[in-house]
Amino acid sequence: MNAESPLWALISTFGLMSLFAVGGAAAAVPEMHRIAVDVHHWMTDKQFADAYAIAQLSPGPNVLIVTLIGYAVAGIPGALAATLAMCLPTALVAYYVSRLLNRPSQSRWPALIQAALVPLSIGLMAASALILAQSTDRTIAAVLLTAMVAVIASVSRINPLWLLLAGGLLGFAGIV
Amino acid sequence: MSADSAPAAQEPDHPTSAAAPPSLTALFVAFARMSLAGFGGVLVFARRAIVEQHRWMTADEFNETFALCHFLPGPNIVNLSMVFGARLRGIAGGIAAFAGLLLPPTLIMTVLAIAYARFGDLEVLRRILAGISCAAVGLLIAVVFRMMTPLLKRMEAVALILMLGVFLAIGVLRLPLQAVLLVAIPVSIGATFLLRRKVAA
Repeated sequence: MNAESPLWALISTFGLMSLFAVGGAAAAVPEMHRIAVDVHHWMTDKQFADAYAIAQLSPGPNVLIVTLIGYAVAGIPGALAATLAMCLPTALVAYYVSRLLNRPSQSRWPALIQAALVPLSIGLMAASALILAQSTDRTIAAVLLTAMVAVIASVSRINPLWLLLAGGLLGFAGIV
Repeated sequence: MSADSAPAAQEPDHPTSAAAPPSLTALFVAFARMSLAGFGGVLVFARRAIVEQHRWMTADEFNETFALCHFLPGPNIVNLSMVFGARLRGIAGGIAAFAGLLLPPTLIMTVLAIAYARFGDLEVLRRILAGISCAAVGLLIAVVFRMMTPLLKRMEAVALILMLGVFLAIGVLRLPLQAVLLVAIPVSIGATFLLRRKVAA
């Protein structure tokens, strides 16, 4: 595969990007926008915004916006190449690190480090929830919906899909 | 899990299943299901399936595995699928969970991309999405709360202060992630080390 091939450009771009994407896919979206729109001119600004909306609307990890970018560049092979390049290398890194940390040994450092990361991880998730809420909940009705879903999901064992469906219906009706 | 994290496994209200590990097909199906349910993020459904429904991990084991995947590069739920699957069934299990998580939504996304290229009008979808997003944020708040409960139950003051500190620094003060982690990770490791030494002594 030569360096000019669009598939190779997708694989090298997203493979490299994933290795620097610490803290989740949401953190990598601005960088994706820069590369897909400004650097390579793979998509227009509007196409990127729509791709982001479709990725949010579809089930599955939000990182799959790369599937849509790959599709725009090189059709179905592009969609597959971009998805695997973004997901597989870091998943293998995670596998090896986790195996290293969990193999039986005399050292207590691996377990200690993992335990030390837990409160930071939860604090970070809580911060993401707050930031998302601030950008999503623009009306009183929206804030109420988010708060009610948070309470119901915390105290009951209801399948969360029902709550998402209710949100979708309220959105369709133009209430939130 | 090593001996250091053993107290977590003894929590009576979260028994670890002693049954044989799930088959590769079961792993694939479980991750495909949580992925297909995961509008606005898969974490909510991943924790529900792994901790509450299948009881493949305790609340603490899930927290530790997720935290590790969170701080390694790459999409954290994708990392979690590989690490979790591999822990139960070796590398083949990792690949089964990874494929279950990614294959179905990738297919759906490709169909949507083809439809979008043909029709390209997203106005109604955008309205529905706005409602779903509000609900999804609510679900995220609930799962964060559930992940917090083991820490709250044990009243680990240091862990709770660190958690609150990261939340305030990133969520309220909007400090850059790298800078916050550069301070928080060494502080948390140091504090955990000192606490455990005190307990051991």
